[in-house]
Amino acid sequence: MSGEAVHVRAAPLDASAGQASRRDLGRRLLITLGPILISLALAGCVLLAVGVDPLAYYGFVVERGLLSPLGLQQTLTRMAPLLFIAAGLIVAFRAGMWNLGGDGQFLLGAVAAAATAPLLVQSLPGWLALLVAFLIATVVVVIWSLVPALLRAYQGVNEIITTLMMSFLGVSLANVLVKLVFLDPGTTVPQTRTLPVGDRLPRLFETTITSGLVFGLAAIVIVHLVMTRTAFGLKLRTVGANPRAAVHAGLNVPLLTVVVFAISAGLIGMGGAIDIIGIHGNVRADWNPAYGLAVIPVVFLARMNGFAAIGFVFLLSVLSIGGESAARRLGVPQHFTLVLVSIVLITLAIAEYLDHRFNQVRRT
Amino acid sequence: MGGFASDTFLAALLFGAVTAAIPLLLAGLGEQMSEKAGVLNIGIEGMMITGAYLGFVSAYYSGSFWLGFLTGAAGGVAVAALMALLCVRIGLNQIVIGIALTLGLEGLTALLHHFQFSRSYPRLPAAEVTPIPLLADIPVLGSALFRHHLIVYLAVAMVVVMIWVYRRTQFGINLQAAGDKPAALDVAGIDVIRTRTAAVLFTGGMAGLGGAYLANVGAGLFIPFITNGAGFLGIVLAMLARGQPVWVLVGALVFGGCLSMTTAAQVAGVNIPTDVIQMLPFLAVMAMLVLFGRRASLPAALGIPYERGAR
Repeated sequence: MSGEAVHVRAAPLDASAGQASRRDLGRRLLITLGPILISLALAGCVLLAVGVDPLAYYGFVVERGLLSPLGLQQTLTRMAPLLFIAAGLIVAFRAGMWNLGGDGQFLLGAVAAAATAPLLVQSLPGWLALLVAFLIATVVVVIWSLVPALLRAYQGVNEIITTLMMSFLGVSLANVLVKLVFLDPGTTVPQTRTLPVGDRLPRLFETTITSGLVFGLAAIVIVHLVMTRTAFGLKLRTVGANPRAAVHAGLNVPLLTVVVFAISAGLIGMGGAIDIIGIHGNVRADWNPAYGLAVIPVVFLARMNGFAAIGFVFLLSVLSIGGESAARRLGVPQHFTLVLVSIVLITLAIAEYLDHRFNQVRRT
Repeated sequence: MGGFASDTFLAALLFGAVTAAIPLLLAGLGEQMSEKAGVLNIGIEGMMITGAYLGFVSAYYSGSFWLGFLTGAAGGVAVAALMALLCVRIGLNQIVIGIALTLGLEGLTALLHHFQFSRSYPRLPAAEVTPIPLLADIPVLGSALFRHHLIVYLAVAMVVVMIWVYRRTQFGINLQAAGDKPAALDVAGIDVIRTRTAAVLFTGGMAGLGGAYLANVGAGLFIPFITNGAGFLGIVLAMLARGQPVWVLVGALVFGGCLSMTTAAQVAGVNIPTDVIQMLPFLAVMAMLVLFGRRASLPAALGIPYERGAR
């Protein structure tokens, strides 16, 4: 049984058709937007139950996350790390591997960047320092991902479990590093040294939007094109669709497994690095935005399509920025965003099933 | 620091190990049945947190620990029913739904906790213990192992019950077939969907009970995200146990020991930051997976929804 661990397929939600007709597109929109509206209503009931006016809450979130100029800029800035995470998850899920260790990988990338960037800017020119810090963070996370990758590739140990466990470890390790190793001696607050605002990634034009957004968009578009348009992407998708067939096709599945983990975790680590060198400048102790798990539903909602993921990441950012404001002003904790996202995911999966059944019935 | 060797310290350490092991044992036994039947139940963490929250709320307002356990288990079953409907009956992706349930319920319980208890953080009184006659008087071991809440002995007894179910009952054999070759079970005239649904509901009940124990007896209060991966640890236990309930018990005690040692080290004043200590159980898990992961055996049809007539 050893070599043939469970291959729980990630493929069923795959969007294979690029040649959708206009009517198909309309149907797609209907089965995407319908469930989202239903979910907003269901989540609204939760708000009602705790005594918050759902319309006021949603209105506040839209106003703060989308309509106010400052809020919109924050939303676009928030997208930068999320896009990297989504790109990393798309690679893994399309290759049929469940990288559920995003939180640990993200934080380790962030800590590695925060540990190196403030020191590097003292000796290197600004852009080079940021590049080196970014690469160091990526390498650190790639190495971190070797453990579940090698276990899966050569021992057949289920990666769902190993990445989850490594995530708990990674979050704690990141905290230990912040508190014990990379502590800023200059302040009493437990945090790493701070990268001065002037040395961070430049902002776009006259706004407060980080240029990290551009890198994030580039990353997810490249990932999408590589996965759908290149021979390498086809290899990975073959492994995802049917690992046994991939072996017969002469693919080196264990090696590809390690490569997939390295790319996936590397991209998520880059997300952590971008968040630091572009936005925050340092890592405070016990900081864990838990983006890793929150982005997983987004990637499924987008059916692992990179372009669709950009749209859903934008929505998540609106919810996240608006939700943060709402937490301060209306006293509804951020956890509500989690509830909403998971309800959307479930209703959308059900809608997809009903749509599928409907088509079957019509055909017969 | 001389406290390490003393009898009371050792007894406290062992007592803590058992207390920490019980939720893992319950979750592991529950998950084991799901996995046997071919359902990888990632939603177990969500079932546990639901059990913890409902169990605490019910015990807090009623003052009865037993009602708390019952409500916790019922909450777990309710979540499991949703999971069974989505993943077993209509065959949606088990991992996607499992993650969605876990995230959503962690968020929901944290939200409800915020509006109900975040100002007061109420605690339950210490759970009453049922000493086992004679055995409870053994020095050290007596107070460590035989002076627990009644539910602890019941949880351990469940190991025996599970062994009996898997070895001696028709249902146990059906479960095995549902996980390894569901089509064969179907041909034999037994409903695969119903068998798997029963397994998932059982998992929910056990996970909910485990969560309620964790909150009510283990911690005495509910805080958001209190399960902190206990459900996932249950999955690891079920994977490593290779279908044997006894190994779930052994594994639960090992991890429980790790968890207990971490608290004991803090109590004894060993100067290690909490974060290092929190890593220990997960390090132990990874070590176990590296050493024994290769031999973890899982049913052939695990994670694949059953559809009659599908190839």
